Amino acid sequence: MTTADPAVVHRTVEAVWRIEAARIVAVVARLTGDVGLAEEIAQDALVVALEQWPRDGVPDDPGPWLLATARHRAIDQIRRRQNYAAKLQLVGRATAETDDGGFDEVLDEGRIGDDLLRLIFTVCHPDLPAESRVGLTLRLLGGLTTAEIARAFLVPEATMAARITRAKKALSGVEFALPPAAELAPRVESVLATVYLIFNEGYAATGGSAWARPEVSDEAVRLGRLLQGLLPREAEVHGLAALMELQASRLPARVDQAGRPVLLPDQDRRRWDRLLIRRGLAALSRAAELGGGPYTVQAEIAACHARARSHEATDWERVAALYEVLFHLRPSPVLRVNQAVAYAMAGDPARGLAVVDAVAGEKSLRDYPQLPAVRGDLLARLGRADEAKAAFAQAAALTRNDAERTLFQARAEGR
Amino acid sequence: MRYIALLTATRPNTPPPPELLEAIMKLGEEATNAGALVDQAGLSSSSFGALVGVSGGELTVTDGPFAEAKEVISYAVYDVRDKAEAVEWTSRFMRVHRDLWAGWEGESQVLKVMGPEDFAPQA
Repeated sequence: MTTADPAVVHRTVEAVWRIEAARIVAVVARLTGDVGLAEEIAQDALVVALEQWPRDGVPDDPGPWLLATARHRAIDQIRRRQNYAAKLQLVGRATAETDDGGFDEVLDEGRIGDDLLRLIFTVCHPDLPAESRVGLTLRLLGGLTTAEIARAFLVPEATMAARITRAKKALSGVEFALPPAAELAPRVESVLATVYLIFNEGYAATGGSAWARPEVSDEAVRLGRLLQGLLPREAEVHGLAALMELQASRLPARVDQAGRPVLLPDQDRRRWDRLLIRRGLAALSRAAELGGGPYTVQAEIAACHARARSHEATDWERVAALYEVLFHLRPSPVLRVNQAVAYAMAGDPARGLAVVDAVAGEKSLRDYPQLPAVRGDLLARLGRADEAKAAFAQAAALTRNDAERTLFQARAEGR
Repeated sequence: MRYIALLTATRPNTPPPPELLEAIMKLGEEATNAGALVDQAGLSSSSFGALVGVSGGELTVTDGPFAEAKEVISYAVYDVRDKAEAVEWTSRFMRVHRDLWAGWEGESQVLKVMGPEDFAPQA
């Protein structure tokens, strides 16, 4: 294919690069054993493409072209290093750095899949701080530029660049390998936690003016799908993928015309993304088949909402039961607050109140406005109006969100 | 963002070569594992379909087959970061057809599915 327009060629190079970058870095990292160096070599291949393709046309098979170019550069590097090592030996200084593995390796698909998995396990190494894992994952697996990642996490580009550099340095001592079977489970957990952190950064937007940054959560959803292909037998991989697809399906309904957040009970369910729901439910049934875990249970809860035609029509009994399961897998008092809402919706506010009162003394919930708000609602349902008003007044005093405060105050005044 | 690729081609009388089907499967798996291909399906011949139209104030229903020589054969939905990526995946799909089915001709329309980004609230 030849396209005369350099702008089109440039866009094509970048698209091919984004599609192939992770695989290229993974293959080269296996050859060199160094993730940082692998990224540099892969970038070199991109530069070659940016020089050659506008002149000679885009090659017919641009992906393998980039991979082969990067691989040749990696082998050159290794040869040079070996020459250097040989010369050092001549002058009597031995070095351990003589790896000649992978020279005549064919570029077969199974092998590349393994390399990619190695890259993910290395980049999401539990010894790295979470913020470094997140940055490096988006950079090497999502193909995002440092500037894009910095923008997503609302930090200056230099800060993000420093984090990524530190992470790459920290990894230079880490073996580029798949963890042994005994260590696999905790390492998978670290990988999933990293991807879910990225998702939540986009979904909940911890800072900044926007309520959500869907482009960040989109990237996490894609990473989740990538993991499904690489680790098809891991239940929680499918559980997390299901959870993210189902949560992402609500993104179009989470903001109103003016950009204000719309909470679950008030969302227009016709705006939920049916394709993502279908994919989420499919991933969930795969996860359930394989056994599941906390992500799978959370996905089950999300699925209860996705299946319901309205907030009221949700299977609240099941939601409450799932919160019980989740609490046993991963205890957190916030879950009890959510469970209390589910009991109330299922028509048993007394049980909800018992659940929420049992955690009311928890230190971690002291400043959590949803606790008194939910209590207030339960008390109101039980006909204890005065206590309900007091609880809403407490909720209004705790919240930092203006819209919420107005709502809580209105209920505190019995309106 | 999401793109739908609609493949239009002449329906040949002979079945596609097995190597092509294998290549399509492999490519589909690759695109699925990359997180890019989120939905796809083949479409039956228009003789199983219908055309529902409004013209001159009249609602008309016409059973297939339609008169056009070329028909929509299949669709694929991609979830990618920009149009160039959707075009690249589609090009790969068209390339295996070109390479493995001599004389085959067709075209894919790559259309953007509107998403939240098209209705971004004023910041």
